[in-house]
Amino acid sequence: MSHVLEISGLVKTFGGLTATDYVSLTVDTGEIHALIGPNGAGKSTLINQICGEIIPNAGHIHLAGRDVTRLPPAERVALGLGRTFQITSLLDDMTVRQNLGLAIQAREGGNFRILDRASRRAEVWDEVAEILRSGTLGARADVRVADLAHGEKKQLELAMALSQRPRLLLLDEPMAGLGHVESQQMIEALQAARGECAMLLVEHDMEAVFALADRISVLVYGRVIAAGSADDIRANPAVREAYLGEEDA
Amino acid sequence: MILLFEQLLNGLQYGVTLFLLAAGLTLIFGIMGVINLAHGALYMVGAFAASWVAIQTGSFWGGLLSGLAASAIAGVAVELGVMRRLYARDHLDQVLATFALILIFNQSTVLIFGRQPLFTSVPDVFSGSVEILPGLPYPTYRLFVIAVGLAVALGLYLLINKTRVGMLVRAGATNRQMVRALGVNIQGLYTAVFALGALLAGLAGVMASPIVSVQVGMGDEIILATFVVVVIGGVGSVKGAFVAGIVLGMFDTMLRAFLPGLLQQVMPGPEAQALGVGVSSMGIYLMMALVLLVRPRGLFAARG
Amino acid sequence: MKREHLILLAVFLLLALVPYAAELTGQTSWTRLVGQALIYGMAAASLNFILGYGGMVSFGHAAFFGIGGYVVGILYHHFDAGTSFLGLIPGTDQMLITLPAAVIVAGLAAALVGAMSLRTGGVQFIMITLAFAQMFFFLFISLKTYGGEDGIMVRRTNSLPGLDMKNKATLYWVVLCFAAAYYLFLRRLVQSSFGQIIAGIRQNERRMAAMGISTYRYKLAAFVLSGMGAGLAGALMVNFLRFASPDMMHWSRSGELMIMVILGGVGTLAGPFIGAGVLFTLETTLARYTEHWMLPVGILLLIVVLTTRGGLMALIRRLGGKR
Repeated sequence: MSHVLEISGLVKTFGGLTATDYVSLTVDTGEIHALIGPNGAGKSTLINQICGEIIPNAGHIHLAGRDVTRLPPAERVALGLGRTFQITSLLDDMTVRQNLGLAIQAREGGNFRILDRASRRAEVWDEVAEILRSGTLGARADVRVADLAHGEKKQLELAMALSQRPRLLLLDEPMAGLGHVESQQMIEALQAARGECAMLLVEHDMEAVFALADRISVLVYGRVIAAGSADDIRANPAVREAYLGEEDA
Repeated sequence: MILLFEQLLNGLQYGVTLFLLAAGLTLIFGIMGVINLAHGALYMVGAFAASWVAIQTGSFWGGLLSGLAASAIAGVAVELGVMRRLYARDHLDQVLATFALILIFNQSTVLIFGRQPLFTSVPDVFSGSVEILPGLPYPTYRLFVIAVGLAVALGLYLLINKTRVGMLVRAGATNRQMVRALGVNIQGLYTAVFALGALLAGLAGVMASPIVSVQVGMGDEIILATFVVVVIGGVGSVKGAFVAGIVLGMFDTMLRAFLPGLLQQVMPGPEAQALGVGVSSMGIYLMMALVLLVRPRGLFAARG
Repeated sequence: MKREHLILLAVFLLLALVPYAAELTGQTSWTRLVGQALIYGMAAASLNFILGYGGMVSFGHAAFFGIGGYVVGILYHHFDAGTSFLGLIPGTDQMLITLPAAVIVAGLAAALVGAMSLRTGGVQFIMITLAFAQMFFFLFISLKTYGGEDGIMVRRTNSLPGLDMKNKATLYWVVLCFAAAYYLFLRRLVQSSFGQIIAGIRQNERRMAAMGISTYRYKLAAFVLSGMGAGLAGALMVNFLRFASPDMMHWSRSGELMIMVILGGVGTLAGPFIGAGVLFTLETTLARYTEHWMLPVGILLLIVVLTTRGGLMALIRRLGGKR
C-alpha cells in the first residue's frame, strides 16, 4: 500500500455542530495533497484530528498502514508525522539555533539523560550546522525567535518540521501572512522538500495550491465535495459555486 | 436521627458561608483571570469591622453595615492599588502578590485589634431558637444565616441571568477577549466585580462573626476551603460555587461530626479522635482531587 | 566560564568560614542561621527546577520537604524505641541510610501527587498540588504515634561514620557540602538533554508534543526529581534542628518557598539560594526587633513582585554589568 495517510469516514461533532462529516481522503507517498475550502469548512479540525489533538467521534486514521485514530500526538510523531502550525508555534525565548537543536534532539531521543551536556551532543549540533548552512536562516542563527520577522518564523518552522524527517508533513496555511516575495520563497522551499516526504497542504493561497499540489480535495461544511487534479478542480462546477466563485466575487 | 438533622443544618449554614466567599472568588477568577489568595482577608475585615462596631455601639445592625462598607472599601482599594497590575501577569506573580497581601492584612489587624479574639452576641431578635422538628430546637440566628445565604444566591442568579451587567459578567467569564471587543468600560467592570466579591466576602464575615471567634488568621483557614469550592464548582461558575459550596459544607461538617465516633468503634479512643479529626480535615481536599481526576476543569466549568 | 567557577569557589570558601567567624565574633547563632538558610535554599532550588525551568507552579512543595523530614524523624523514633515501622522496617540513626530513604520516599510521594496533578494545568494545577500538600499535612497531624501536632523530637543528630555530628560546626559543614553538591547537580541538570526538553516544554508545550515529546512523562519525571530534592532538604533540616513537625508542610511554608524563588530570581541557579538567605535573614532579624515582622516582609514582597522582573539575580546581573 502506498498511502502514507488514509482517512476513512471521519466524523467529529461539537455539540450540534458537525465539523467533520464522514471525511475520507488519502495522501500517497511523495505526493503533495492540497486541502482547500472556505473558512469554517472544518480544515483545522481535520488537521487537529490527524495530529491527535482532537479525537474523532467515528472513523479511522491510518498512518503508514497503522491505525493511529486514538494514539496520543507524540506517538504519531514517532510514526512519522510532522506539522507546522497556522499561527507559528516556536520556542520564543530560544535562538534559531537552539530551536533547531531541540527539534533534532527530540528526534534523536535519549532525552531522559539528566547528567549529560545537551550542548555537546555532536549528532545534534552537526546536523543543525548543516541545516543552517544550506538554508536561508544561517545569518540569523543566533537571533532570538521572538525577534524574527514573520516570514523567518515560517521558514524556521518548516525547517524544524523537516528536520524531524517525517513521512507525512501537515502544513496548516504555510503562506498565511506572507508577502509576495516570501510566498515565492516558501513555495520554492516546499518544492525543494518534495520527495523528502508527502505533504497535506491546507492553504487559502490558490496560486501556491495550483503551483504545488498533485491532487486537491475541497472541503465545504465538513464534507469533501470534490477531489482530483488541479484541472479537475478548476473545471468542477460545484467547486466554482461553493468556493472559487466566492473568491472571484 | 435528630442529631443527624441538626448537623445537616450546620453543614448547610457552613455551606452558604462558603458559597458567599466562593461566588465572589469565582467571578474574580473567571472574569479577571486572577488568583486572589487575599479574598479571605476581606472576610476577616468584614468580621472585624462588624464586631468592633457592634461592641462599641451595641448594635448588630450597625455592625453589619460597617462590616459591609469596610470590606467593600478594602476590596476597591486592593483592586485599584494592587490587582490592576496583576491582571496581565502570570499565576505565579498573582499568588505571591496576594500572599503578600495576606501578610499585610493579618499584621495590620494585629496592630489595630491585637491578638485577642473579639466576641459579639447575636442580635436580640435572633437570640432564641426555633423547634424545627419535635425535640430539635435550632438557633434562630443560624437559620437567619442560611436564609441570607439562599437569598443572596437567588439575587446573584437574577443579577447574572436577567440584567445587562450580568450578561457582561457571564460573557466575561467565558470569553474575556469578547467583552473587551464590545467596547465596555472594562476597568470599571473589573472594579465593580471585585467590589461585589469583596462585599460578599465581607457579608460572609459579618454573618459568621457571632458564631466563630473573630481573630487574625480566620480568613486563612476558610480561604483554602473556598478555593476547593471554586475549583470543584468550575472556575467562573456561580452555579458551580453554589452547588459545590453546599455539598462541601455538609460533607465537611458530617465528617467532623461523625467520623471520630465511627473510628472509636474500631480503635482506641484518643487515637481514633486524632485520626478522625485529621481525616475529616483531609476530606474536602480528597474530594477535590477526585473531582479533578474525572473532570479536570471542575463540575460546571464555563469553558469545555 | 572561568569567572563563574571562581565566584562559586569563593562563595563556598566564605561559607565554610562561617563557623570560625561566628566563634571569633561571639555570634554563635550565625552558624545555625546560615545552615538553615542553606537548607531552605536547597528546598527552594528544588522547587525552582519545576517552577522556573519547567513552568509548573506547584503550591504544595513543602509537603515533600516535610515528608523527607518525617522519614528521618520516624526512623529515629523507632531506633530510639527499639521498635519497627509497621512492624517491618527497623529504625536507624545512620545518615547514610536515612537520607537516601528520605529522598526515595519523597520521590514516591511526588510521583503520586505529580501523576494526578499533571493531568490538569493552570489554576487547577496550583490548587490540586496545594490540596495534596494539605492532605499530607493533616495526615501527619492525625498520627498520634509520631507526635501528632507536636511532631517528633530527634534527640541526637544522625551519625555519619568518622564524623562527630554532635559538633555544631561539623554538622554545618556537612550541610554546606550537601548544598554545594546539590547546586552542582542542578547546574548539570539544567544543561542536560532532559533539562533542555523541560525548558522547551515551559516555553511551548504544544510545539514539544509536535516534535514527538510525550510532555506528560517528562513533566512527571521533573516533578519527581524536584520532590526528591525537597525531601533531601527536609531530611537535612530535621537533622539540623533535631525536630520534625507538621509545620514543615504547612501551606504557608509552600508559599515561603515560592517567595524565596521569586525574590532570588525565577529560573536562575543561584537565585533560590540568595532568596532563601535574604528572606530567612530578614525574618530572623526583623523578628528580633518587632513581633510584627510579617508586615514589612509582606510589603517588601509586594514591591518586589509588582516592580521587579527577575528578582535579586536580575539586580545583581545589572549591577555587575554582565550581559
